[in-house]
Amino acid sequence: MGSKEIIMSEKAICIAILAMGGEGGGVLADWIVDLAEQAGFHAQTTSVPGVAQRTGATIYYVEIYPGANSAPNDDCQPVLSLMPVPGHVDIVIASELMEAGRAIQRGLVTRNKTTLIASTHRVYSMTEKMAMGDSRVDSKKLISAAASAAQRFIHADFASLAQKSESVISAALFGALAGARLLPFSRDDFEAAIRRGGVGIKSSLAAFAAGFDSIQTSDATVTAASPAKPMPGPALARLVQRIDLKFPIESHAVLHAGIIRLADYQDVAYAGEFLDYLEPILLQDSPHGDARYGLLHEAARHLALWMSYNDAIRVADLKIRRKRFERVENEVEYREDQLLEIDDFFHPRIEEIADIMPAGFGRWLLKSKLLQRFKMGGRVIKTTSVRGYMQLYVVSSLRRWRRSSLRFQLERQRILAWLDLIRSTASINYELAVAIAKAQKLIKGYGDTHHRGNSNFDAVLNALTRIQAQNNPAATMEQLIHAALADENGLALKKALDALAP
Amino acid sequence: MAERSFSREVEKLRLKAGEEFRGEGILAVAKALLQSGVSYVAGYQGSPISHLMDVFTDANDLLAELDIRFEHSASEATAAATLAASINYPLRGAITFKSTVGTNVASDALANLASGGVTGGALVIVGEDYGEGSSIMQERSHAFAMKSQMWLLDPRPSLPAIVRAVETGFELSEASNTPVMLALRVRACHVHGRFTAKDNRRAAFSLSDAMEQPVRDINRIVLPPASFLHEREKTQQRWPAAVEYIQRAGLNEFHGENDADIGIIVQGGLYNTLIRALELLGLSDARGRCRLPLYVLNVTYPIIDAEVHRFCLGKQAVLMIEEGQPEFIEHNLNTVVRKLDLSTRICGKQFFPQAGEYTATVMMEALTGFLDACKSNQISGYEKPAEIIQDNSALDPLIHPRPPSFCTGCPERPIFTAMKLVQQEIGEHHVSCDIGCHLFSILPPFNIGASTMGYGLGWASNAAFNTPKTQRRAISVMGDGGFWHNGLTSGVGNAVFNKSDSVLIVVDNRYTAATGGQDILSSTAKNSLRTTNQPIEKAVAGVGVDWIRTIPRTYNVDQMRAVLREALTTSRRGPKVIIAQSECMLNKQRRLKPLMRQLALEGRRVVRERFGVDDDICTGDHSCIRLSGCPSLAIKDNPDPLRDDPVACVTSSCVGCGLCGETVQAAALCPSFFRARIISNPTAWDHFKAGIRRVVIGFFQKTIERRMKLHGQ
Repeated sequence: MGSKEIIMSEKAICIAILAMGGEGGGVLADWIVDLAEQAGFHAQTTSVPGVAQRTGATIYYVEIYPGANSAPNDDCQPVLSLMPVPGHVDIVIASELMEAGRAIQRGLVTRNKTTLIASTHRVYSMTEKMAMGDSRVDSKKLISAAASAAQRFIHADFASLAQKSESVISAALFGALAGARLLPFSRDDFEAAIRRGGVGIKSSLAAFAAGFDSIQTSDATVTAASPAKPMPGPALARLVQRIDLKFPIESHAVLHAGIIRLADYQDVAYAGEFLDYLEPILLQDSPHGDARYGLLHEAARHLALWMSYNDAIRVADLKIRRKRFERVENEVEYREDQLLEIDDFFHPRIEEIADIMPAGFGRWLLKSKLLQRFKMGGRVIKTTSVRGYMQLYVVSSLRRWRRSSLRFQLERQRILAWLDLIRSTASINYELAVAIAKAQKLIKGYGDTHHRGNSNFDAVLNALTRIQAQNNPAATMEQLIHAALADENGLALKKALDALAP
Repeated sequence: MAERSFSREVEKLRLKAGEEFRGEGILAVAKALLQSGVSYVAGYQGSPISHLMDVFTDANDLLAELDIRFEHSASEATAAATLAASINYPLRGAITFKSTVGTNVASDALANLASGGVTGGALVIVGEDYGEGSSIMQERSHAFAMKSQMWLLDPRPSLPAIVRAVETGFELSEASNTPVMLALRVRACHVHGRFTAKDNRRAAFSLSDAMEQPVRDINRIVLPPASFLHEREKTQQRWPAAVEYIQRAGLNEFHGENDADIGIIVQGGLYNTLIRALELLGLSDARGRCRLPLYVLNVTYPIIDAEVHRFCLGKQAVLMIEEGQPEFIEHNLNTVVRKLDLSTRICGKQFFPQAGEYTATVMMEALTGFLDACKSNQISGYEKPAEIIQDNSALDPLIHPRPPSFCTGCPERPIFTAMKLVQQEIGEHHVSCDIGCHLFSILPPFNIGASTMGYGLGWASNAAFNTPKTQRRAISVMGDGGFWHNGLTSGVGNAVFNKSDSVLIVVDNRYTAATGGQDILSSTAKNSLRTTNQPIEKAVAGVGVDWIRTIPRTYNVDQMRAVLREALTTSRRGPKVIIAQSECMLNKQRRLKPLMRQLALEGRRVVRERFGVDDDICTGDHSCIRLSGCPSLAIKDNPDPLRDDPVACVTSSCVGCGLCGETVQAAALCPSFFRARIISNPTAWDHFKAGIRRVVIGFFQKTIERRMKLHGQ
């Protein structure tokens, strides 16, 4: 056999598919094999599913040997590999952007030969999802890494293309593979493979076509629509005038958003108070040379959020609106011939009840041992039923008495103290004042989460004297905020605070 | 009922002589068993051989036609003991499981089987779980073959070679009265390929023949003095017989034989990777015609001295490519060449990494090392392909691990949500885990569990943690699969007998879920082939546990937490068992989805439930995700222009299990979760109610909208 000529020209086409369990990576691999076998080529696929089929990242690997097909029991069958060899993969298909990154990281995508077809949508990792703030990886970085790692990089949001066709991403990716004209098969051949597969043919073909066409259009990347500009209504005309007169144009967008939110939250007067609070801050920001009004912007943003803290009144108010009902309809893929019922989940604790009571009564309620003994269970309210809707409507109407509620008074005190701190710091250290304004982001959530946020906020601001003693107080402040959002138990924050010189 | 239907594959098992089989490697094995005339098949499911079990489950009619007994064994030990049928009778039997975990469990029976020897062919088909995708441990089945003296087949990963290994495996077993192991790597089990089928064969001697004319031979029973006889038989008769058959049948292959002064010996299973490596070096073409002599060991145990002699004669050096360690074959070869007084140098691990998978990249590196060192003047012109230097290190912080985890709507998740909440209340506890999907609890967001010692051994591995010096109790987790496999005795019985004072949570999800959703004793499905509906609770009470709590719906986090709290804090001492029940969601969906679709099509009232998050109420803290980790609970950009942290959202994959809502209530989380109930084909009463609602709610919504319009948006 050694004397035989070695034909070096015939080489297998190597295709790696990176997908997550349940995304149809196996179906895609099977379509490719079927496509090749029908054309008389020799094809092989394999994978390591095992427990990885449970949502984990999986690689399916396909090889197509373009030489003539031979009888299966023939001795001179092509010998195909069961795993990709880094540097020798022709096509990598990634069903998600981080998986594309993983393919590059594993060396499967190389500039000498690899075409990378990747969907740019993100399925966030557990690390990204469970963060207390925003830990999402920057998609742009992944895309630019992919562009420089591959010989040819084809990318589009194939998930949304598939969704529009009510199909799965594997069909859209199969379309992209056909559209990229990398394999010696026609579009008809590809579509025939889907038909032979026999499952969800119509929707698969639609998604296939969408994927195919995405290659023809030069830039298939969908850009997200920028959020609508806030448009204050007629009741806010005087406040808008006031903003026009007194506040710099750079701040108008955030101020408009603020007054709309607060008028909606409470009333027009409350929105006016918002501007009252901000005027002194504007005075302090104006002399600051860069004229970008960073302090005003951050203070306004966080003040609006704080002033519209979520109490039971607000939550009920948001739950009963028509816009909300419509949003749910869209989200759950409801059709006109169906009916929709919405149940809302609450867990009002004695604290949340006391919050919206008149301050004196609320305080008494919290102290009262009698009521503490009532175990408050979780409640499910059918918001779409007349009874449930009216319950929430009544709670939302407590808005007009909100100003006298316990929570309102407590928050008012805390807000004033925070604004004082911003003002007094701004004259000494502008950047630090901006950081103090931003610290408000620590206060979020409900119940225990809210409580934890409040204590973290207090802990950070109580360290202000020590922070000011640092070389770069503003940066130190930012680090502390970051640490407070690092873990639920406050370990990182404690460590960061301990590290400050006493 | 397994999570996948194999009805299409069953048809392939009926293929006749000359027809072409196209499909997965492990299904080719199933077909080969039928072609070999087996009388019985047994096994324990697990990656990568689950599909063999599942296709036989669906092929019940065919098996009945061929008179084949097929069992889902209680454990691998049961499966191995099943082979006892081949000791006294000319019955061919095969068993299958995952190795080496399954082989560990089976080894008691295998040792006895190999001692007495077999009359009918006995095949042990093991899914060799090594390298990427390996879920348990990096050990070699080879060691088991050696210690019990069973022959080990490791065929080339192509379907004709695999099928031939099954067929000749039986013949080898019968020729040498020795059980034969057939090891298939994960990728070989799942490889799609083709082979030309033969007719299925019905055994000439049937199970009923054996039962009606029973035979006993005291010399086959493992008890002295027969056991001493067995040892002599093994060396004096069975070994030489095996060697003779392997040579005669040509099980091992010699490729590219020429007069080169070097050569390569390779385990059959690694052949394809080797050819790719040689191809890239310019030493072979894609059809495996190589310029270097290869000796392919489709039988890796025993090593055939005469074949080694034939291959090594005249060669200055050969390279042994042997994955896994210790390098048993390399040791063996060295002994052989020394015995035969050959001057050939046996190279191996010195050119390879000691451990880890032998990929083509690893092989190219080792081959060039070997070739360079040999300086053979006959083999030249090889060249390592130019290394692609691409620095991707900038990507490292951007790529997060994505391990497997609980599926969307998994009923096991709420158990760990409750455990997390309880531990927040009363402190951290030592938790020992088991094997099964529930082991994903060790990963974020739960981070629960300190050890896993083996299938069904969850409670056993907490045996030491019993002391009156502390009030704190250790917690163990065990799946229903592990429970019936051995946990009932090794864990529950043991805890009762030894007066343990710790807590066991049995995850009763109605299937052996992690292996593909096969039925077990406590499954609630009706199964015409198996006895199901045997409650775990009765078994636990039967061995003497007094403190038993059954939670019929794991999603009830409040109840789950209350029961856990009670188990951990009650003053009553003694073993405590919590049985947490809810059907595996993957299987439930597979069962219900088509049914619901059908009912909706027929115009019947169908309610679909889905959860969602109100993005204007969510504040982006993600506590809910840290307590759930459901894949359908994701994050998205915050639509609020004043906020920047992403908000939680529920994707369309949601199956409406209800955990989100339960967690909100149990952990007093935010009120942003809602449940949508979408009613298809509503009744007249539904429409009537909806009409009234539209009027009343519509009135109030209009009022609100008027106000909102004044404020703008």
